Formats: sequence, C-alpha cells, structure tokens
Amino acid sequence: MPFEVYLNVAVGGLLTGLVYGLMALGLSVIFGVVRVVNFAHGEMMTIAMYIAIVLFSALHLDPMVMMVPIAAVLFCFGYALQAGVINPFITRPEHSQFLLLVAIAIIMINVLLILFGPDAQSVQTSYSYDSFQFGKLIVDATKLYAAAAAVTVAVALYCFFQFTAIGTAIRACADNYTGALVVGLDVKHLYALTFGLGSACVGAAGVMLVLIVDVTPSLGPAYTLLAFVIVITGGLGSMPGALLGGVLIGLTEAMAGLIFTPSAKSMFAFGILVLVLLFRPQGIMGKKVT
Amino acid sequence: MMFSRLFENVSRRMLVLLAALLIVLFGAPFFATDYLLTVLILILYFAYIGQAWNIMMGFAGQLSLGHALYVGLGAYTSAALYVHFGIGPWIGLLVAIPIAALAGVFIGYLAFRFKVGGVYFAILTIAVAEFARVGFDHFAWTKGSSGLFLPVAQFTRNDLWLLRGQPVMFYYILLVATVLAFVFCRALLQSRMGYFWLAIREDEEAARSAGIDTFRYKMIAVVISSGMTSFAGVIYAFYYNNLFPEQVFHISRSIEIILGPIVGGVGTLFGPIIGAFLLTGMSETLIAALHAVGLDIPGAKQVFYGICLLLVIMALPDGIWPWLARRLGLSEREK
Repeated sequence: MPFEVYLNVAVGGLLTGLVYGLMALGLSVIFGVVRVVNFAHGEMMTIAMYIAIVLFSALHLDPMVMMVPIAAVLFCFGYALQAGVINPFITRPEHSQFLLLVAIAIIMINVLLILFGPDAQSVQTSYSYDSFQFGKLIVDATKLYAAAAAVTVAVALYCFFQFTAIGTAIRACADNYTGALVVGLDVKHLYALTFGLGSACVGAAGVMLVLIVDVTPSLGPAYTLLAFVIVITGGLGSMPGALLGGVLIGLTEAMAGLIFTPSAKSMFAFGILVLVLLFRPQGIMGKKVT
Repeated sequence: MMFSRLFENVSRRMLVLLAALLIVLFGAPFFATDYLLTVLILILYFAYIGQAWNIMMGFAGQLSLGHALYVGLGAYTSAALYVHFGIGPWIGLLVAIPIAALAGVFIGYLAFRFKVGGVYFAILTIAVAEFARVGFDHFAWTKGSSGLFLPVAQFTRNDLWLLRGQPVMFYYILLVATVLAFVFCRALLQSRMGYFWLAIREDEEAARSAGIDTFRYKMIAVVISSGMTSFAGVIYAFYYNNLFPEQVFHISRSIEIILGPIVGGVGTLFGPIIGAFLLTGMSETLIAALHAVGLDIPGAKQVFYGICLLLVIMALPDGIWPWLARRLGLSEREK
C-alpha cells in the first residue's frame, strides 16, 4: 500500500480520537471529582446522538449548530441524575455504585430501543462527503469539524476549571472532600454540577460522533468501555491526558483496522491498556495514585 | 481439618431452613413443568457462578467485572476438546480449570504486582474479557465468530459421563455443584485464609502491616474463583450446545453474573443464591406479565428489570440477605 493511504488513515484516526478524547474527558471529570464510576457514560452519549438525529430528521437542524443546546440538555440530565439518584451513593462501596449505574444504563438502552428500534440510523448532512485536500493528504470535512469542536469544548472546560470561582471550588472538592465541607462549600450541588459538566462533554462528543458513525441503541456499552480505556491510558484526572489518550486509541484503532482487520481493532486498544497498566499504572499523564 | 467447624454457630432454625430448602430443590423436578425446570437450571447456574464470584469480591474484596472470561474459557476448552478429539467434558474440565486459573493468575499478577486496585482492577478484568471476545472471534480452531456447535441428537437416556442428556440431568449436576460450592465457601470463610481475606477486604494496608502476605492471598482468591467459574462454562457448553464469542464473552454476561450476588448481598453465603432466585424469577415473571398485558415490544422487559434493580439497590444497599436474615432472626451475632 502506498504511504499516503497510511497517512490518510492515521489523520482520520487522530481526528476521531480527539472526539473520543472529549467523551473520555467527561468520564475523567466525573470520576476525578465525584469518585463515582459512570458506567452509563456511553449510554448518555447515545441519548445525545438520538436527540441530534431526531432534530436533524424532523427539523433539519444541523448537528454542528445543535451541539451546544444538546450539551445543555445533557447537562441538565446529568445534574438531575446526580442530585436525585447518585448523591446518596457517593459514600457507598464501589460495587453498590456500579449496580446503580448499570441499572440506569439498562433503562437508558432499552428506552432508546423502544423509542427508535434496533436499526442503525445516521445523519446525512450536505457536507457529509466533502473533504479537504492538502497535497496528497485528504481529510474528511466532518471529521475535521468534529475534532475542532471537540478541542474547543475541551479548552473551554479547562478554562472553566482553572479560571472561575465555581471551577476552583469543584477542584477543591476533588482534592479534599472533608476540607471542602469544612470551608462551607455545597458539595452535593458541586458534585451535581460536575456530573452535569461531564454529561455535557459526552453529549457534545456524541453530537460530533453522529457525523462519523451510525447509531444504534446498543452502542452504549462499547463506548463506555472505550472511554474507560482512554481515561486510564491517558491518566485519570488529567484533562490533557484524556485528549492524548483519545488520540492514541483513535490512531491505534484506525491503524489496526487498516493493517489487520477492522473487527479486531478493539483488541489493540485493550492491548494498550494492559501495557499502560503494566508500565505506568497511573496513566501517561497521570499523577502517582496514592 | 477445615470442615470440622462447618456447623459451628449455626442456629437450629437455620439448619431446619436449609434442610427444607434442599428437600424442595431435590424434589422440584418431579413436580416442575419443562419450562419451570429450565428456569430453575438458570437460577442454579447463576447461583453457582455468583458463589464463585463472591469469593473474589465478597471475601477478598477484588471487584471483577470480567467473569465471563472464565465461563468462556471453560466452555470453549471443553467444547473444543470434545468436538475435535472426542474428549469428554469431565476430562475437559481438568484442562479447563488450569486454563481459566492461568487467565486469573495473569490478571491477578498484572494487577496486584503493581498495586492496581479498585476501579482500575475492575476495568482490567473487563478489558481482558473483551480481549478474549475479539480474540476468539478470530480464532479459527474454535470456528471464530461463526460459532462452535456440539453435535445434538434427541437424547432418550442421560449419559452422565459425556454430559449428553435431558435438562433434568443438568439440573441435578448444577444443584450438586451449588451445594458443594456453598459448603466449600462456608469452609473457606471459617479457615485461616478466610479471615485473611476479610482482613484484606476491610483494610489492605492494615492487613499487610499485620503480616499477611496480601499478594499471595489475593492471588489464591482469584485462582479459586476463576477455576470454579470455568466449571459453569463447561456445563454451559454442554447444556446449550452452541458457543459464540459475542455471547459467551460479552460484557453483559459478566454483568449478569455479578448482579445476583450484589442484589442478594455481597460477602454473604446466601446472597448469590437469593440474588439468583430473585433476579431470574423477576425476569421470567416480567416476561409473562408483559405478555399478558400485551406489551410485547422489545426492550420493555429490560426497562422494568432496570427499574426493579434500581429500587432494590436504593432500598437495600447492602443486599437482600442481611435484611432478610435480620427479619427471620437468623443473623449470626458475629457478623
């Protein structure tokens, strides 16, 4: 195969990887602060995808335009979920939280199944088949837009955590739960806010992914798992780490799909996870786990 | 002797209850319809694996979300040996147990050597199971994703040695296995090692400073749990007669396995059994109820199932057995 093919696939994988990174960022933020493992992460993304599809097919609203409103819907959803159901579980053991979120995930998947049926759906925009050419490199327009949007959202989130009072307060909760309570922070509200933000991230990522992949209700678990692999590879709690992990996994999957067979690509992602756990358990950009 | 203290601290009421339960279960096939029998087989299957999983999570505190791996390895090993070489399942089991245990050792070594615990460990177990799923999809010797089939015929007599026969045979095999697993777990809990496990579960650092070789005992828990689970895989293969990587190794299988013990009560001996009865029973009841109401859309059953799970875990976060034991006046003082 000529070199350009590899290069094109690699760039495509890299761009998709950035969107994966945004999805994983949501998971990383939630786990880093609330310390709850969101086993319904991929399912939340699927919800965002279906909202985008319905808006597109019924009202012809472009997913790129609807990214922010849909992310806002997911934010409210995430906030309500944390405030209503998950908050009482934050001090309970992991397996108890796991069961709770698995139950939520089961409900989400099957409500989607009832509403939309098992068939794959996709969005065909006017620019679905557009591409940009840089010399010998051909880049899908949808992937480029999606990746750009993902990076923008990630940067916005980073600025929020670094430069606003609420963002600082959330980081305080993550660092020291008891300390945050002592200085009078409304931890439950901040947790709900964080869960909302994480959901908004995965929502935005879902809307972008609608442009790239076909959607079925059962897509959730695979993406939940992918998000975990990325987060652990990149380093839990590290925001650049999530993006880097996403790019690494996206690249690996694309190259593995090209060189071996597409159906075996997730094996390589898991292989990377095992290697990372072996040689750098805290993740590539992660701080030492204590 | 590890079994000498088996009946220590067991109240008379508990013994009577256990005996009654055993009699009912042993007599059930004489009264049950074919349909009910298949449901009971499913219940015992989950009760057995739940018990095996519980050794790792409930006793030693290591959350495995990838037990489908061990089921799958057991199932594929025994089925492949049978299909390719005509080797019977009981000999196959002797090969399957070491293979599953080796997979457990691999995961345990990776994780415990580098102090990977908690959520990280759970994700690692899922990852290895998924790795196996994709791997078996491309493994030609076991027919890859097109599935491995065992020859099926209309069985008039039950061949216990080759596990070719009617559902009743599988029912009794699983019943015996479940009882043995129960007794074995009780003995483990009362052994020196059982106390070490509980110490590790409660506070690993403290256990280590008390001189417990935590790495070693966590590894033993993984090996026992994975080996036991592989037996369920062998039964699965010879009961269903077909194996697909997409089904056997899928993450939803792993989740099914652990829902029972968590709902029933993690770390308790009765938890896995109660959980299996409740969840499988609930699932079958929902199918019947929804069918009666005329709500036969795909997904409806799972939505209700999810809601029931949600309600149970919110109402009884420790699981059903601790609550039920208190209600029945069976809770041992020491626990």
